[in-house]
Amino acid sequence: MTPVQTIIAKELRSFFVSPVVYVIGAIFLAVVGLLSYQAVANASNQALRLMQLQNTYAQLNLNEMIFRPLFQSMNLILMIILPLLTMRLFAEERKLRTFELLLTSPIGVNEIVSGKFLSVVMVYAGLLSLTGLIPLTLSAYATFDWQPIYLGYLALLLQGALMLSIGVCASALTENQIIAAFLSFGVILGLWVLGALSTAFGDTTVGSILSYLSFTEHFERLIRGLLNAKDLLYYISGIAFMWFAAHQAIDAYRWK
Amino acid sequence: MIEVQHVTKQYGRVKALDDISFSIHKGEIVAFLGPNGAGKTTTMRILTGFMPPTSGTVRIAGFDCLEEPWEVKKHIGYLPETPPLYLELTVREYLTFVGRIKRLGPEQLQERMRIIINQTGLTEVQGRVIGHLSRGYRQRVGLAQALLHNPPVLILDEPTTGLDPNQIIEIRDLIKSLAGSHTIILSTHLLAEATAICQKVIIIHRGQIVAIDSPEQLGVKLRQSEILHLTVKHSDPDLVETLGKIPGVMHISHGPAPNTYVLETNIGDDVREELTNLVVTRGAGLLELTTQTVSLEDVFKVLTKTDKPVD
Repeated sequence: MTPVQTIIAKELRSFFVSPVVYVIGAIFLAVVGLLSYQAVANASNQALRLMQLQNTYAQLNLNEMIFRPLFQSMNLILMIILPLLTMRLFAEERKLRTFELLLTSPIGVNEIVSGKFLSVVMVYAGLLSLTGLIPLTLSAYATFDWQPIYLGYLALLLQGALMLSIGVCASALTENQIIAAFLSFGVILGLWVLGALSTAFGDTTVGSILSYLSFTEHFERLIRGLLNAKDLLYYISGIAFMWFAAHQAIDAYRWK
Repeated sequence: MIEVQHVTKQYGRVKALDDISFSIHKGEIVAFLGPNGAGKTTTMRILTGFMPPTSGTVRIAGFDCLEEPWEVKKHIGYLPETPPLYLELTVREYLTFVGRIKRLGPEQLQERMRIIINQTGLTEVQGRVIGHLSRGYRQRVGLAQALLHNPPVLILDEPTTGLDPNQIIEIRDLIKSLAGSHTIILSTHLLAEATAICQKVIIIHRGQIVAIDSPEQLGVKLRQSEILHLTVKHSDPDLVETLGKIPGVMHISHGPAPNTYVLETNIGDDVREELTNLVVTRGAGLLELTTQTVSLEDVFKVLTKTDKPVD
């Protein structure tokens, strides 16, 4: 086992013995389930009405009617629950002094950060894949385009990974889990607000910088089914930046 | 084995360590002695590479702590003040994790785990979750963690704090049994502990080393005079005068209880034989004769009196 694998294995073990993952998972799946039920019910109502009006078989764009709003809602739910997944990662190590064990062992800070980040991404990816049941079930009763769905899940994965990397960095800054959760929630919220702010600046340089920094624009493009290297680069550079910041935070903690 | 030269550590404006130098040879057991906040933990954290010194050099097993931290970490087993335990894991899971991050191979890990679980007396609890263990067992798991990769240097920060007397003796015996094959540094604020297990004591006060010596020598050096406590059965009004005539006795006075006496004698003049003979021939009925041992409090009173104040 490489050190990164060791850290991942330990973190996954810790995740699944704590009730936090189960509670968060249950809430996430329940809310997403309800929202998708509501979206599907809404779509079938509209289909019925169209059929009565036109007296023919109506073909609705389910991607637009169900999945895009659903992915947008999931994004909002993630903003609230993902900080709760990451808050423990470093804060608890600092509080319980197990950090001293890690930092006096022959493994690097980069391996610790990578291991912790990858473990929480795995937990999140597992949760996310469970929601795949929604399009799968729906595909038995309706036809829709799968490509935007694949991209939507890619968007959710990248979006979640970015939020988790923010959470990992926040957790490395404090030994208080609550503070870590609020800190990451604050940063994520800030990035979201930047998107709204950018519309106020319109097509100016400031406006385009703000809209690039916010995840809204990138996420929206991906869930529309548009794959763009610029958007992928946004997520990858964001995650890399947060990884680096977490690394710095840990070094600062040792050198203080 | 361990070379510390001119190490200084500054936390903001506070100087936690001020120009500390010492060296420890292979196989020695050395105690860091000092009150809380003296700099023991800081020194240990620097030795383990957990934090770097502000200035100065530390070499462990020939490797510089700043230049080759990975080699140093491989050579060190560290038990921090609070044992670094993941409370949700079982003892075996925890030790497996530790073995892996200490870079032991799978077979080596199994082998070492078997030995260490035996050595630290964890056989009965190896399948239990650490969070459910008593404090004594947790301390042992912490010690097992430090010993697992068989490091030549062991750094133990207050290994017996918070344990009951039986556990303290067990842990001390375990540490003593490791002497010779391992170089051990432990910190404590109990002089008795240092005397019981260590060959050398380093006393730290306000970030400076105030003494390095063997515990016995340290005790001897610090005593200007020897104090004897004597208890006899029958009261004897002339006893004070008679005993006062023994060469070497500087001062004699009545103790707190009836028929007890406190004698202050010159260091190096052992008057005990003469004293007992005299008491016995006078028929006073010798009940008890004890030498007062030097306590940590005495050591500190003496050592810190001449200490410069920290600015």
